[in-house]
Amino acid sequence: MDAIINGIQGVPLNHYIIFSSIIFAIGVIGVLIRRNAIIIMMSVELMLNAVNLMLVAFSVHHGDSNGQVFVFFVMALAAAEVAVGLAIVVMVYRNTRSLDINTMNRLKW
Amino acid sequence: MIDLIWLIPMLPLVGFVINGLGRNALPKSVIGILGSGSVLAAFILSLVVFADVYAARQLGEAASFTVKIFDWFAAGNLSVSMSFLVDPLSAIMLLIVTGVGFLIHLYSIGYMQKDEGFGKFFAFLNLFVFFMLLLVLGSNYVVMFIGWEGVGLCSYLLIGFWFQNSSYASAAKKAFVMNRIGDLAFLLAAFLIFITFGSLEFGSIFPQASTMVSGDAMLLLITLLLFFAATGKSAQIPLFTWLPDAMAGPTPVSALIHAATMVTAGIYMIARSNILFTLSPVTMQLIAAIGICTALLAAAIAITQNDIKKVLAYSTVSQLGYMFLGLGVGAFTGAFFHVITHAFFKALLFLGAGSVIHAMHDEQDMRQMGGLKGKLPITYATMLIGTIAIAGIPPLSGFFSKDEILAHAFGESRLLWLLGLIGALFTAFYMFRLLFLTFFGKFRGTEQQAAQVHESPLSMTIPLIVLAVLSAIGGFLNIPSAFGGSYGMAEFLSPVFADSVSHAGTFHLDHSTEYLLMGVSALAAVAMAFLAYNRYVRQGLVPQPEHRKRSGVVKLSYNKFYVDEIYDALIVRPLNNLSVFFHRIVDNMVIDGLVNGIGRVTGESGRVIRHLQSGNVGFYVFMMVLGAIAILAYGIFKI
Repeated sequence: MDAIINGIQGVPLNHYIIFSSIIFAIGVIGVLIRRNAIIIMMSVELMLNAVNLMLVAFSVHHGDSNGQVFVFFVMALAAAEVAVGLAIVVMVYRNTRSLDINTMNRLKW
Repeated sequence: MIDLIWLIPMLPLVGFVINGLGRNALPKSVIGILGSGSVLAAFILSLVVFADVYAARQLGEAASFTVKIFDWFAAGNLSVSMSFLVDPLSAIMLLIVTGVGFLIHLYSIGYMQKDEGFGKFFAFLNLFVFFMLLLVLGSNYVVMFIGWEGVGLCSYLLIGFWFQNSSYASAAKKAFVMNRIGDLAFLLAAFLIFITFGSLEFGSIFPQASTMVSGDAMLLLITLLLFFAATGKSAQIPLFTWLPDAMAGPTPVSALIHAATMVTAGIYMIARSNILFTLSPVTMQLIAAIGICTALLAAAIAITQNDIKKVLAYSTVSQLGYMFLGLGVGAFTGAFFHVITHAFFKALLFLGAGSVIHAMHDEQDMRQMGGLKGKLPITYATMLIGTIAIAGIPPLSGFFSKDEILAHAFGESRLLWLLGLIGALFTAFYMFRLLFLTFFGKFRGTEQQAAQVHESPLSMTIPLIVLAVLSAIGGFLNIPSAFGGSYGMAEFLSPVFADSVSHAGTFHLDHSTEYLLMGVSALAAVAMAFLAYNRYVRQGLVPQPEHRKRSGVVKLSYNKFYVDEIYDALIVRPLNNLSVFFHRIVDNMVIDGLVNGIGRVTGESGRVIRHLQSGNVGFYVFMMVLGAIAILAYGIFKI
């Protein structure tokens, strides 16, 4: 067990932080730029997973298992969110035959 | 009996209520009898009260009775009650107001017979008598002020009685507004009186005042304000222009309000407050100066007027000027005596003029009259007596009262006496001019008018006769010692003016000087009468028609010395412009601009901000991200 932890701790924390941030940024950009609703859902997943990675890295480096427990919650939440989100996407497609979010702008003044 | 004093104002008030409510329902005879009867009853009660006061004076008492009717209100240190003061001064005024008032009510039954507003007229007349009685009976400045304002209101209602004519309605407004300016001064004076004396009751103020020093600054201010109020009510310079315009009202109104009673309210108020004025010599001089100036100005205007009522109106202003002159030189009894005799002969003259107008079918221009002597014998005879009285020819009443004022003026300053004499000359001239133009010579009216000229009914001629008798013998109320009399009325009134006399000293003039002054004024009046006779009867001159050019002093006099035009330019026009400025600029541009501007700003900002709700999901998400970054930055950099 200690060997694994030491192995993981051998990688400097900074690497994890930078890596996680880049993936989070890619996820954000994806949400902002892409037009397809499913791709946006995928980008949100990407953001969630980047955060998960960060949480686990910190948990291992500080030897505190609270971070990993929090990751469980996040994963469960992500699953639930995907279920509801995809259900909405399916209903939208059935009614408008398109998934382009730029066309879904009727909730305005 | 004096305890029942409250009945005297109450009776006309009841008459007002009944006539007012039933003005369309009750028959005219009932209204007339009720209206006149209530005033007659008040007159009889006033006689009883007068008898009580007279008896008390004969016993040598001061005969001053205060009757409290009820407590009205108390605020802080001030407590005001509705209470009446019965003393020689108010007892005489009671008789005048109710007596002359009754005669005029009687006259109105005949004069207003054909008018639709008969009931309304009598209701207003009764209301006026009620307020005038309150004014005269009040034992404090508050009750007096209620009456003061009330008679101004009734004056407005009665002047504008035929309100469908817009110029009559304007005349009523003018009278009311000018009265109100004076009322403001009265209120300010009342405030100052309360501050200085701690009370508004006469019985409390005047004893305190007599201990004060002559020339006291507070008293000066109070008396100046009271005098200004009097100029508004009694039509002196600068607030006199409403009275000639007030001739728009029916003639009985002119007789009652603008000759005999309301306009004397100012003089009554000053006579009542005489101690305050005696201790303010500056104000007294001002009163005398304004009195004589008004007397001369009005007399100068009356000489060229052609409307019979306008001549009498300016004559009233002029005679009121004489009364103020009398007050100003300290002749309180003389001025009050002139009030009484003036009430008799001026009411007579107005009622007589009304009789003439009635006979001539509402014609008021003297140039259309003439030769009415034979056709209206009673009117002519009574107006002749009235004219002789007002001209100051002995032994009629006007001579005695005017002469007492002039004698006091002589004692004060030769110039005042001389100016007063000149005014008396004018008075005699224009009054005889009026008489001759109306009753002598050839009839100058139309055929139709000539056919319908007839003497007035009994209800109109009886008051004329009664007033003529009073004008003739009224002088004997106060016979001067120069004729062997004992100044009866002055004796009667002496407690009212006792404090003033003790401060100013008794007035004394040699009998020989007095004979000389009397002789001069009597001869001068007779001479002016002959001058007028010469001009208008012997030579048969008739005044020019409207459109003829007049020049110089005659033009000035005919156009009333342009006083109305001056007031219009100095006061009315600027006020109107100020009002237009406030309307166009402050109200429309500034205030509306501000309020509408706020609305417009809200609308415009809404129109801009609503673009945030574009419905574009990408935009919403972008904003969310920006917000998250902002919170993060705040968290990092602030903490």
